[in-house]
Amino acid sequence: MLVELIILSVIAASTPLLIAAAGELIVERAGVLNLGVEGMMIIGAACGFAGAYFTGSTLIGAGCGILAGAALAAMFAALTLGLAVNQVATGLALTIIGVGLSGLIGAGFVGERITPAPHLAIPGLSALPFLGSIMFGQTAFVYLSIILIFVVRWFLYRTRAGLILRAVGDNHASAHALGYPVLRIRLLAVLFGGACAGLAGAYLSLAYTPFFIAGMTAGRGWIALALVVFASWRPLRLVAGAYLFGAVTILQLHAQGAGLGIPPQLMASLPYLATILVLVAISSTRRSSGSAAPASLGIPFVPDR
Amino acid sequence: MRKILLAAAAVLLASVGAASAQGKMKVGFIYVGPVGDFGWTYQHEVARRELVKQLGDKIDTTFLENINEGPDSERAIEQLARAGHKLIFTTSFGFMDATVKVAKKYPNIYFEHATGYKREANLATYSGRFYEGRYIQGQIAAKMSKTGTLGYIGSFPIPEVISGINATMLGAQTVNPNIKVKIIWVSSWFDPGKEADAAKALLDQGADVIMQHTDSPAAMQTTATRGKFAFGQDSDMIKFGEKSQLTAITNNWTPYYVERTKAALAGTWKSGDVWGGLNSKYVVMAPYTNMPDAVKKAAMETEAAITSGKLHAFKCPVVAQDGKTVECKGGTHLDDGQILGMNYFVKGVDDKVPGAK
Repeated sequence: MLVELIILSVIAASTPLLIAAAGELIVERAGVLNLGVEGMMIIGAACGFAGAYFTGSTLIGAGCGILAGAALAAMFAALTLGLAVNQVATGLALTIIGVGLSGLIGAGFVGERITPAPHLAIPGLSALPFLGSIMFGQTAFVYLSIILIFVVRWFLYRTRAGLILRAVGDNHASAHALGYPVLRIRLLAVLFGGACAGLAGAYLSLAYTPFFIAGMTAGRGWIALALVVFASWRPLRLVAGAYLFGAVTILQLHAQGAGLGIPPQLMASLPYLATILVLVAISSTRRSSGSAAPASLGIPFVPDR
Repeated sequence: MRKILLAAAAVLLASVGAASAQGKMKVGFIYVGPVGDFGWTYQHEVARRELVKQLGDKIDTTFLENINEGPDSERAIEQLARAGHKLIFTTSFGFMDATVKVAKKYPNIYFEHATGYKREANLATYSGRFYEGRYIQGQIAAKMSKTGTLGYIGSFPIPEVISGINATMLGAQTVNPNIKVKIIWVSSWFDPGKEADAAKALLDQGADVIMQHTDSPAAMQTTATRGKFAFGQDSDMIKFGEKSQLTAITNNWTPYYVERTKAALAGTWKSGDVWGGLNSKYVVMAPYTNMPDAVKKAAMETEAAITSGKLHAFKCPVVAQDGKTVECKGGTHLDDGQILGMNYFVKGVDDKVPGAK
């Protein structure tokens, strides 16, 4: 019973990281370094909550969150793709804008409540003893996160469009020479990344803790960013990293509650340590030649420069 | 020649006039979290607004929110000092060293540090006797708990939090001497997601009354979805737990802020340490809800006893975790210094204080 409850908590904790990281994976594979994930996430949380508050519908709330994240990403794209501004600085600026703007938008909603996102039950299957609630009784966001990461994986490795995206990320000059619309591909990738971050934020304010409070993402956007890097930009490792991080976070809380006596400051650092160690270990067993990062990551593309 | 003299006289008069028309005194506030946290920082903001309402014709206020405890806080405090603020309130324990540094640099500015213990000639400290509220909560919790296990979400193992846990246990033990408490440290004053996870973990492990020393209503909300009881912290969190909140310890800083600002305006400000509780209304209990009338009556009686001074949360004898009785320096109860420096748990708490030898 306790194990089942723990697994449910782990899945809930890992989902926002997975959704945001999946979007960021596509963005970075296209060669753009988007450090604004945290800002896009929290603005998604604010707008998502606002949408659900006014309409009473989780779906519309999620839609608002997605649009808000994409809108902020469009701002990012206008600067980094349209004007070839430094991507790191722009991303950081957008995080600050996003956090501040979300506080402004959300100020009127603090203390308000909505109906939390419903847990979708599949008749019959959800009643199974152990697996029932874990696999078949989750909110739609959880199912979406799993579908999302597999769609991302299929897109990157099994479609022509994904191949072109990876080519743009590895060598934008060659892709341009071959006639591919580099900036348009990057724009679409950035918008997708922003939408995912917004959706992850909407999950936080609609399902995870169904309220809005300024600063509620508490750094999850940065964790998602780090997960993408430590997963060597590979989708399946991303799933492993996100769930490992979520699992260790929840387990360390349970360990404290059970009175294991390990210093809580050490326990608080365990999720980060464990995830870094495991992902680095996985990455080092394979090819050790050079970095797995997309070669054009973070380099602004200006044709004929 | 005459024109020059006239011009000089005009400038002299103008400067004298400007010097006497002082303008409003500027009062600054440094918040550790967002004003929208509906918890700790929110209550300071409520008091600040009251202050403006009452003394708005004589003062201008500024606040900086979301200032991290650490090196950045020094920058923020110094920013206010340089901008001409005469009275600056820094509202979190972690701002202590930064406030001391800036206070030493600007001896003509008055600084007030909440929940700290370092003072200077121009730096005063203030806090609320939250432990009085914790004692009442402990009694209520022990009566309402069916499993005999309380869940406590702690932030950092500083004396203020530890004395809160101890007061809760001492109050609970008057009802159920075998009451147990599970403590989870989330290493943050404000992280709604983690607080919700901690509440879930405590509830999963069998606690059925949740208390917190963190700043967001996430734990209250999570507990409400599980149909268990919880106590609000810093603000009345009834909105997030209509059927769950038993009461909340709310902070009321208005009387202190008004009093200190008036003193600064009148030039009678002096450094010191003010620690007000239920009797000076710095600590106000939210209405008692979701409990049987008998429990409510008992809680109100305890509150009245503490307010009048008849009952003290740390009345002697206080037995520490190691079995030794703590020296009773305050006569019939532990004195302020002992409470402020508390770094041990009382008997009945199974966990060890993190970091203690």
